[in-house]
Amino acid sequence: MTATALERSAVPGSSEPLLQLRGIQKSFGAVHVLRGVDLDVKAGEVTALVGDNGAGKSTLIKGIAGIHGFDEGEYRFDGRRVTVHGPKDAGALGIEVVYQDLALCDNLDVVHNMFLGRELRRSGLLDEDAMEQRARETLDGLSVRTLQSVRTKVAALSGGQRQTVAIARSVLWNSRVVILDEPTAALGVAQTEQVLLLVRRLADSGLGVILISHNLNDVFRVADEIAVLYLGQMVAQIRKADTTQSQVVQLITAGRVGDEGAFA
Amino acid sequence: MTAQQTETPEVAPEPWQASGIGGIARAYVAKVRGGDVGALPAVLGLVVLVVVFSVLRPETFTSELNFANLINQSAAITVIAMGLVFVLLLGEIDLSAGVTGGTAAAVMGVVMTNHEQNWLISILACIATGAVIGAAIGLLVARLGIPSFVVTLAAFLGLQGVMLEIIGEGGTIPFKNEKILALTDDNLPVWLGWTIALALVVGFAGLTFLRNSRRRRAGLQYEPMLLWAIKSGALLVITVLVTYYLSKERSINPTLKSLKGVPVSLVVILGLLLVLSFLLSRTAWGRHVYAVGGNGEAARRAGINVKGIKLSCFVLSSSVAAIGGLMLAARSHSVSPSTGGNETLLYAVGAAVIGGTSLFGGKGRVVDAVIGGTVIAVISNGMGLLNKSAGVVYIVTGLVLLVAASVDAISRRRAAASGRV
Repeated sequence: MTATALERSAVPGSSEPLLQLRGIQKSFGAVHVLRGVDLDVKAGEVTALVGDNGAGKSTLIKGIAGIHGFDEGEYRFDGRRVTVHGPKDAGALGIEVVYQDLALCDNLDVVHNMFLGRELRRSGLLDEDAMEQRARETLDGLSVRTLQSVRTKVAALSGGQRQTVAIARSVLWNSRVVILDEPTAALGVAQTEQVLLLVRRLADSGLGVILISHNLNDVFRVADEIAVLYLGQMVAQIRKADTTQSQVVQLITAGRVGDEGAFA
Repeated sequence: MTAQQTETPEVAPEPWQASGIGGIARAYVAKVRGGDVGALPAVLGLVVLVVVFSVLRPETFTSELNFANLINQSAAITVIAMGLVFVLLLGEIDLSAGVTGGTAAAVMGVVMTNHEQNWLISILACIATGAVIGAAIGLLVARLGIPSFVVTLAAFLGLQGVMLEIIGEGGTIPFKNEKILALTDDNLPVWLGWTIALALVVGFAGLTFLRNSRRRRAGLQYEPMLLWAIKSGALLVITVLVTYYLSKERSINPTLKSLKGVPVSLVVILGLLLVLSFLLSRTAWGRHVYAVGGNGEAARRAGINVKGIKLSCFVLSSSVAAIGGLMLAARSHSVSPSTGGNETLLYAVGAAVIGGTSLFGGKGRVVDAVIGGTVIAVISNGMGLLNKSAGVVYIVTGLVLLVAASVDAISRRRAAASGRV
């Protein structure tokens, strides 16, 4: 793993966020999906993004990843204002997305999948040795012990192992922010445990992690901050320590806590 | 490799963890039982067929003359099948590969006879024709998204018409150039055959040995020494036997015309096999072909130019098919409107599938086409020696193809269960 790249990242919980969104607007035709969304993602922390179906979570992360641009608003990365026009721009900033359906090729092995589309070459040819070594190092750096061999075909892996490969792929390239879309949605108890540990380890090694999840138990286990989207508006971004599950449920379902208007 | 804790004990042992002959054999059996059969069914089928025909026709089938004949017979089909592997790997099909070869050979005939160009320019014209046809098919499939089945079915019909227009109804264009006829008629000098054979074995054994020792030094997974020795030894034995057999005098009347040495067509096949296998397994492009065939959406998200990969595969496949058409024409010393038509394409697809290439995409190797092509050639050759009618040959070939497809389907189900794909 690229230890040096990770260590120079900010101290966990420091004031300056790595990724900062302000007043983000996005419409698809007449449908106003995001209405002035703010989001802070700090290095070394897990920021959970929660919200009901249709709240705009997918639109928000697709915008961050450059799959479609935001209509309005400020996108700041590392303190600088940036414009992200496509997935390549996001990749250049060090933003990686692990999608829910993982996008792995079953017929290729772990190493091939981790380097898919970005194969290491030596004099024009595939450098299998270097790729295998780096894949091994990355997995070791994440303390992954569940993969028997990096030359196993992905088809032979369990759901949790596949998730591990997809996450490991996202940190292979000096990434700074990793966005995980429902990483535990289809997993059993033991595998969920493994993946949550891995998510925590990503943050502990200095990356900014955005975790999208419907499972509040998972969110409360690993997140440092919780951002709640409600009908296209960011109704709250709060420290986990300052809130409870029932408050978050109220925010998700009603957009506010108690009878008193918007929270905070 | 200390971190390799076995948390999934149901996974079969991998070859590099095996030690000793027993270990290697167990790992291989586990691999096959897990559904990763590779070319094993085709190789077994080939052995059975050869034994059966050798018992039934001991004088003719096993003769040196027939052996060389078999290679020349199967050459064109095998070449077309090698190109088709690339299209099949994408999960697409090219029904027009046979007539593409025929059309390219017809264009070549015109360039060579009517325009009196030399053989080299004629061959280039032939391959270029294939590339143009492949580009047209590839653009329609990749850009417009028309299913390849429909596009190539249309090309199959259309190109037959093009051939008729070029050659004329009932006409033929004779091939007289010795250099081109040599492709399927001539043999290498005995010494050259031996040189190529030994270079092949030494090259394979040397390169794999260097690779293994390099990987061992780097602490990566490597092939056990014993497995390397077995593979290299097997290649040595097969190569020496084949070369020895082909180097014997096989002319019925040696005083009139001596016939011995490795056929040129075998060298063409080996050359294509090496080049195409290299492209597929050692370049990023080859890796992307497998990725597109395995999961197109994953490939797209990984930043792979999926349309470009598809287009290039169709261009390559049709260009190789043009070489196949050239060999068909060279063998019959002429091009007719039926060159590359009839069962040519079906045999070529059959060859690739019998060898172990999956029609579902993502799985297959170029060498599969060579093994499958040999199976098909042995069937038609052996059946011919048994004086069976064409009808019986078709029926048996059809059954063999069906068996191969069943093996693919069953191993796929096993692979899905054990996860070896």
